[in-house]
Amino acid sequence: MRRSLRTTPPRKVLIQRHSRSVRVLHWVNFLTLAIMLMSGLQIFNAHPSLYWGASSNFAHRLLRMEAMDDAAGHTEGLTIVDGHRFVTTGVFGWSRGSDGSYTERGFPAWATLPGSTWLAMGRLWHLFFAWVLVLNGAAYVLIGILSGHLRRDLLPTRADWRSLLHTFAEHVRLRFPKGEQARHYNGIQKLSYLGIVFIVAPVMVLSGLAMSPTMDAGYPWLLSLFDGRQSARTIHFLGAMTLLAFFLVHIAMVIVSGLWNNLRSMITGRYTIEAAEPVAQGAPHE
Amino acid sequence: MSELIDPRRRRLILGLGAGAGSLLLGGCERISNDPRTPSVLGSAQWLTRAVQRALVARDARAPEYRRSDIAPVFRPNGTTDPDNPRYQTLAQNQFRDWRLRVDGLVANPQEFSLDAIRAMPAHTQITRHDCVEGWSCIGQWTGVQLRHVLALVLPKPQARYVMFFCADPMDGGTKYYESIDLREAAHAQTLLAYALNGITLPVAYGAPLRLRLGRQLGYKMAKYVMHVQLVDSYRPFGQGHGGYWEDQGYAWYAGI
Repeated sequence: MRRSLRTTPPRKVLIQRHSRSVRVLHWVNFLTLAIMLMSGLQIFNAHPSLYWGASSNFAHRLLRMEAMDDAAGHTEGLTIVDGHRFVTTGVFGWSRGSDGSYTERGFPAWATLPGSTWLAMGRLWHLFFAWVLVLNGAAYVLIGILSGHLRRDLLPTRADWRSLLHTFAEHVRLRFPKGEQARHYNGIQKLSYLGIVFIVAPVMVLSGLAMSPTMDAGYPWLLSLFDGRQSARTIHFLGAMTLLAFFLVHIAMVIVSGLWNNLRSMITGRYTIEAAEPVAQGAPHE
Repeated sequence: MSELIDPRRRRLILGLGAGAGSLLLGGCERISNDPRTPSVLGSAQWLTRAVQRALVARDARAPEYRRSDIAPVFRPNGTTDPDNPRYQTLAQNQFRDWRLRVDGLVANPQEFSLDAIRAMPAHTQITRHDCVEGWSCIGQWTGVQLRHVLALVLPKPQARYVMFFCADPMDGGTKYYESIDLREAAHAQTLLAYALNGITLPVAYGAPLRLRLGRQLGYKMAKYVMHVQLVDSYRPFGQGHGGYWEDQGYAWYAGI
């Protein structure tokens, strides 16, 4: 592999991008988040409505997914967002169950764990892997602080802040940093990762705990923080959708900015950069 | 970058990745259907319970709400009219012939009429009811603290759980039952309730007497309670998981 460093123009340099701990924690996190999201949608499906405040005012729902017969007698899936009705047949409200026949359900069978309507099993998955997620996340933050990973790789520099708009414009045009710049995360990457780790993840944990009646007894500020248990449930749902959106953009960026290189860097740790000008021999960080 | 790796190896690894993804989803389905899964994944409830017990004081009270917070429509959950001739006979007679039997590991087993229970010190609280499905309703409950009733029957030292046997038959004909431990039984907000929002408990909400807990989910709060029994283990009852819904795979510890 070293041979190619010298022979191919433009020069390609292999660097060690992700430490072993980051790679292991990343994939555990990926599996756990997938299970949490899909089992969470299973739990949501047990009562596919959202409310604001302490309790459920059934006459005023922020979101509701349901099946309803139209004038001609055909059943359609409806998603009602703050009074606005959308026909979502086949996806939300009325879709094929795990046995292939149409049933009334919030999210479709392919999005839930398990696929069939099974609240008890969804809760078993969710409340088991919640512990895995929290322990994995705590390990990431702890190792990130002790190893300097968070400060060195994720804390935005002054230059990152200054070039934020420029970086954003480049991302929109799908132009990604090359050469020396590709050695480091850019400002948008840093802010997205920090936002997920230090804002969205804590909000998910706290809003999840605010739904626990025992935690509410011990820590009533959890309810004040989210304006009540049903608001906490709504925020938990919106947080999950934020994580899903992050995941989709993350996957899209991984694909367009070099699927194989990115994937390999998160599996073996090695990442290729194109050196714009002569660089020191060998791979730094090794 | 492609010259750094054999294309066949790249295809193999990508294929393995895609395969792993679909295997994973299929695997989760298979795991869900494995009879051992509830006890494996469900073991997390004991960690949750231990941590919540360490974090939340024994006597910490569930938040109480104002009268204006009471739900205009309180959704009844579970059975709303028990399909049980004996219960229906009792209901037609306004439960005058109903008796609550309290026995098991107690020194002084007793039976209480509804009037006797209503004559005990009454507690009224406006608390939130959280259904396992996800919705919450706030209501005003009146009843006697369970610990008051337990003190009358003198629990023996080996008693660890309180079982509640109910009048409502569920799917398959087995009757609803539940269990809580003595720690939850001794809590100030654990009531045997006979009134909701100031009126005699309607049949849909568990007449004549139902359990109310401040810190657990709705399915723990047995309705149509006929018989309370103190035991050292809930294993001998039903399928051995401590309650009707627990036997269907729901966690015994419903604090979350």
